[in-house]
Amino acid sequence: MLDQTPKEISERKALRINPCKTCQPVGALYAALGVRRCMPHSHGSQGCVSYHRTFLTRHFKEPAVASSSSFTEGASVFGGGANLRSSVKNIFDVYDPDVIAVHTTCLSETIGDDLNSYIMELEIPDDKLVVHCNTPSYVGSHVNGFANMVAGFIRYLADPRAPKNDKIGVFPGFVNPGDIREYKRILDLFELARVILPDQTGIMDGPMTGVYEMFPEGGTTIDEIRSLGGARQALALGAAASTEPALALKSKCKVESSVLPLPIGVEATDNFLMTLSGLSGRPVPKELEEERGRLIDLMLDANPYFYARKCAIFGDPDTVLGITSLCLELGMIPLYVITGTPGESFTESAKELLSRYGALEGAKVKAAADLFELHQWIKNGRVDLLIGTSYGKQIAKAEDIPFVRAGFPILDRYGHSYHPLVGYRGGLLLAERIADAVMDEMDRKCLDEDLEVVM
Amino acid sequence: MEELLSERLGSVSMKGAGAGKNRTLECGKNSVSGAVSQRACVFCGARVVLNPVTDAFHLVHGPVGCASYTWDIRGSLSSGSELYRHSFTTDLQERDVVFGGLPKLEKALERIVEKFHPPVVFIYSTCLVGVIGDDVDSVCRAAEKKHGVRVINVKAPGFAGHKAMGYRLACEALMKILERDPRRTDKPVGINILGDYNLAGEMWIVKDYFRRIGVPVVSGFTGDSTYESIRRSTTAALNVVQCAGSMMYLARLMEDKFDIPFIKASFFGLEDTKSALVHVSELLGDEETRRRAEELSTRGMEKAMRGISPYLPGLAGKKAAIFVGGGFKAVSLIRQFRELGMDTVMVGTQTGQREDYELIESLVNPGTVILDDANPSELETFMREKGADILVGGVKERPLAYKLGVAFCDHNHERKIPLSGFDGAVNFAREINLSVNSPVWEMARRTADPFLDA
Repeated sequence: MLDQTPKEISERKALRINPCKTCQPVGALYAALGVRRCMPHSHGSQGCVSYHRTFLTRHFKEPAVASSSSFTEGASVFGGGANLRSSVKNIFDVYDPDVIAVHTTCLSETIGDDLNSYIMELEIPDDKLVVHCNTPSYVGSHVNGFANMVAGFIRYLADPRAPKNDKIGVFPGFVNPGDIREYKRILDLFELARVILPDQTGIMDGPMTGVYEMFPEGGTTIDEIRSLGGARQALALGAAASTEPALALKSKCKVESSVLPLPIGVEATDNFLMTLSGLSGRPVPKELEEERGRLIDLMLDANPYFYARKCAIFGDPDTVLGITSLCLELGMIPLYVITGTPGESFTESAKELLSRYGALEGAKVKAAADLFELHQWIKNGRVDLLIGTSYGKQIAKAEDIPFVRAGFPILDRYGHSYHPLVGYRGGLLLAERIADAVMDEMDRKCLDEDLEVVM
Repeated sequence: MEELLSERLGSVSMKGAGAGKNRTLECGKNSVSGAVSQRACVFCGARVVLNPVTDAFHLVHGPVGCASYTWDIRGSLSSGSELYRHSFTTDLQERDVVFGGLPKLEKALERIVEKFHPPVVFIYSTCLVGVIGDDVDSVCRAAEKKHGVRVINVKAPGFAGHKAMGYRLACEALMKILERDPRRTDKPVGINILGDYNLAGEMWIVKDYFRRIGVPVVSGFTGDSTYESIRRSTTAALNVVQCAGSMMYLARLMEDKFDIPFIKASFFGLEDTKSALVHVSELLGDEETRRRAEELSTRGMEKAMRGISPYLPGLAGKKAAIFVGGGFKAVSLIRQFRELGMDTVMVGTQTGQREDYELIESLVNPGTVILDDANPSELETFMREKGADILVGGVKERPLAYKLGVAFCDHNHERKIPLSGFDGAVNFAREINLSVNSPVWEMARRTADPFLDA
């Protein structure tokens, strides 16, 4: 692995090497885990859900429960309607969730299973629900799958006749439970009532209790999703993951959304808080202002370790844009900014960010990219730091570059899903990790006589 | 057992229950639709068996997911090429679904041959390819003709069965390498080791034992193997099958085609390792070889017992639950726990065969729960009911065990410490001790009402 990436770059169109994305269904599964007493259900072969559960478990270090239609050869010829029927019956009989959230797979999409009509024909117990979304694995990435599932919940459940209420809807983006906890804390400080959809806190960051609950107490409730139809406004955080649900809510319930970047870094968090201030009619609370001050303080104290350092950032589009924004604020030079998820709005946003800081020249920005390509770029133009998911570790080792883990997935470290990247606290944490990585590297590489406790 | 899906009743049994009825456990069935099964698919089975071929180019033909989920998670080590640790895929898009994925596959193959020069390309055709009807075989033939490398289609759509079917496909793919222009000899010598994937270097441990007793190891399947080493295998005198679940089929094919007999063996645990070495030496060697096998085993076991004995007092009487992929590994684990003075209270496998379950039934104590293709609720119920102190399993079981406050030992792709052979048995005891006797479980037991007696 480590030394097999050739320096010479040649364009590849048919061969993807070391992808920086995965398929839609796993995103849909993660989204569905953020709804209370919901069983995510994969309408496809049994292997899909086995991989997705493993993948999520490796990141969150939590069980990720989901069921499968377990397609056989017959189902893939005659359609998966019968499999879905028996699945739904079995799931309600045995596991007793309140709602089953079905997502499709490359297989069921290609054979043309019509989930709308399958679900209409199902016998569903009175107090139970079945929703679905389409997640063809050959379109987009896990981020799109996540967005599609959240939109699916809205299409099925958000009630256009719900009484007008004082709540705001929040689409948190493809983030960790730690981020959602931070959103909640901030929203509480503004005393804003809200519905966050989805909300994996308590489910994918469950505390140790000695009891295994298939459906822990957490997640957005069905009633909350219904009430989104009467929300006064929604905030869609992260364009790639949250635009789709925002559009669904508008088209079904006429509720407007503001689409904001993930609030990572100073400016994006400022904008987020100003929006909340506008919505709540309250000034930004003192506590948050002080947090901002502490973040700036750290940025200032550690500035020699940030300034003009070149970095490469990769991962999911919204997260990468947020991290890029923070890195620019720290005075770093994001030389390579990539995501595996296709979509030119990512490249436009990234370029816009870079050009605002005069960092566009010489930088490479790419969507639908892969990590082999990123590695080749690095071989041809070194960076001082690599920031991204666990999949960067081979590059970091091969090129001997310090590496900061951030984003999804982080398979090889503990604790990440508990902590936020969003908000000033998230910024503080990320800036600290970056400074630590740079300074640890200096300590490791410097001459003995240069090693001092004072840096 | 009342919480079980009625379709699942046949797949769970308890030794001694319904005395005299002697019911046979149902296994190898497809998973029930709607079940939260732990079981993987055909593609997964094929991929895990073939992936350790280090200098092969493993190309996943399909949408990106199947390549992403199987990137660098195998744990099998290489003494040479690292090509197998990349993730390669045609990353099929919507237009490919409509117009077919072959043009992309052809282009990808061109690129692969030109840039990577692999001796063999495995093309894993996944679910989507299975239904859009890409004629991958013809592309393989054309590419072989044009580029002079082996290009083998592994037709592995997930819906075609479960993981064990994927093992078969992998074995067939390996046979395709062996069958073309096979190397033959009048004097077959040495052994092939089948079903060892060199996790944490386990193949190297086993090979070293055979080297020391004077039995040449011709080839290993597929841990640390190469196209060349695989081709050499047809000159061996005996196949030693370790992971029977994945490789028994290949052993049978090789027996039919090349007259190479096989035996089943296990290198997990002291007794099993010894009997494997002695058995092979009896079959292949002279008196001297056998003597060396005995001596190596005796010394290995003595040394291992010295290594293990400090752990025994802390492990005595602890209860183990086992949930692993294949039946044969489960059998070895039951014996190993017995060597450590521990009781096995629950045994499950994903792909165990009837004969495995019969053997398991004969080994365990009455009251032990035996189950095929279990789901989390079943695992939870029985671990609780039986008061298991530790679960041995794979990645999906770890968080479940931890949620219950039960210790865990990874005996699957994520293990980083070799567990085979005499040294491995010591590592195993150490691992089990480190997991079971960590103070964290006591902490975990006190989480329900932490401030009650404070």
